[in-house]
Amino acid sequence: MAKPAKMLLNVPAIKADFPILQRKVRDRRLVYLDSAATSQKPKQVIDATTDFYSRYNANVHRAIYELGEEATREYEGAREKVAAFIGAKSPNEIVFTKSTTESLNLVAYGYGLKGKLQKGDEILGTVMEHHSNHVPWHFVKDHKGAVLKYVDVSDDGTLKMEQYDELLTKRTKIVTVALCSNVLGTINPVKEIAKRAHEVGAVCVVDAAQAAPHMPIDVQDLDADFLAFSGHKMLGPTGIGILHGKPEALEATEPLLGGGEMIREVHLGRASWNDVPYRFEGGTPNIAGAIGLGAAVDYLTNLGMESVRAHEMEITQYALDKIGRINGVTTYGPKDVKKKAGVLAFTIDNAHPHDVASILDVEGICIRSGHHCAQPLMERYDLPATARASFYVYNDLEDVDVLAAGIKKVQEVFA
Amino acid sequence: MPAASDLYQEQILDHYKHPKNKGPLPGATFSARDTNPLCGDEVAFHLKVDRSQRVSDVRFEGRGCAISQASASMLTTMLKGLPLSEAEALGDDALVKKLGISLSAVRLNCALLPLHVMRLAVREKKAAST
Ligand SMILES: Cc1ncc(COP(=O)(O)O)c(C=O)c1O
Repeated sequence: MAKPAKMLLNVPAIKADFPILQRKVRDRRLVYLDSAATSQKPKQVIDATTDFYSRYNANVHRAIYELGEEATREYEGAREKVAAFIGAKSPNEIVFTKSTTESLNLVAYGYGLKGKLQKGDEILGTVMEHHSNHVPWHFVKDHKGAVLKYVDVSDDGTLKMEQYDELLTKRTKIVTVALCSNVLGTINPVKEIAKRAHEVGAVCVVDAAQAAPHMPIDVQDLDADFLAFSGHKMLGPTGIGILHGKPEALEATEPLLGGGEMIREVHLGRASWNDVPYRFEGGTPNIAGAIGLGAAVDYLTNLGMESVRAHEMEITQYALDKIGRINGVTTYGPKDVKKKAGVLAFTIDNAHPHDVASILDVEGICIRSGHHCAQPLMERYDLPATARASFYVYNDLEDVDVLAAGIKKVQEVFA
Repeated sequence: MPAASDLYQEQILDHYKHPKNKGPLPGATFSARDTNPLCGDEVAFHLKVDRSQRVSDVRFEGRGCAISQASASMLTTMLKGLPLSEAEALGDDALVKKLGISLSAVRLNCALLPLHVMRLAVREKKAAST
């Protein structure tokens, strides 16, 4: 394989921004290939959260004093940055939650369960969803009598779009799909999926947890009704998530958490709600998390999301060539990097993925093994587990070389 | 510096690649099956107890990582011929010692799954017969 001399992103400079990448694991350089689980954090993000706590820590939206104003300004500033990052028309379309999981639960509960759905209405998902885009809909089925249907995946890891057309009917009220699979890396044609959903009067909910960190997203272009993602997978802190909603979709959603902040007036026994998005942010929010997320968005915007995507395509292509061609290694998902994000699930003959991960760990390589919170997908492919390497801005082709060498070690042990 | 061979020692790999007492056991006195929900490792244990309440035969079935499967295989060799009361009382430490490797918390779950299933088998049967 030809290895380009220079990558699109300046990886050495990027690596230098990440304190954790300076540490050693078992006397070896840390090779972090588990960003699909959570990304590492640059010092800009760490500093932004520390700065909040050490210089202007105060609660938001209520304090009259200067500190409170600064905190509110930064917290709302983060909302504006996120809105711009995904092309939202207004910051009011951005709800801060704790995670993708919470965002999806908010939609399932507030729009599905407490909202307009009727018994027998259909919710159409896919087989490749993460558990967090399965289980909340089970609640809607169990408590409201909604009917769940699923679009299958082909052996090549793409959605069966002709089956989507068959399952999509006037009874379908919600279509929910991952923009990018956390196992196969498949990038789904969500724009097309949303368009067809709208044609039958359904709303489209998008799980963008694996997409927002890795590729440009334009919510105007996608035209989905809801879009969820997590700060911690895009260089930001844990405990901060995002739900983007079209104004009319958010207006039709009931809040999950009652309490302070989300109300306009409270009387004994009744309350009126605050405007969107504050209606959905009951209680003191994760202020430091939002501010850190704002810094993460700045960092990614600085790199340019087009470049981030191009960089990951390059690594993924190299990994498909280098690792996919090792005898005894099987990779899963699309082989065309135009249809695949930087996620590479693989298995090695005669070696269980856990043992693969343990042996790679000894080499300082962090990968994931297991079902990746996607058991229905694993069942579909009849796989008990796989190993998974995932790439981000701080990875380079050498990391793939180290992984390939590690895989050879695994094969020696289990020869 | 630790090496892969610290975890995957000769005897672990040997039990993994050539498991002892693997397969079904017709007429077993006790049987149970369980999985580790985190990783999907699966182990079933079958024990046959003779009239003097000794483990006269033992088999396991399963699929999973080398640690769980080698541990199951080694556990069968520890159990054969033991009085049932001693088999039941076998502690985690004894099995870990037998494995002879140091394990992280996550991998310890793999190693102990067979022991858990063996205890489950005995307990369930006893509960059913009282
Ligand atoms: C596709 C996908 N959806 C949802 C989630 C859940 O994200 P979180 O744990 O941040 O809520 C993940 C995280 O692993 C994911 O990969």
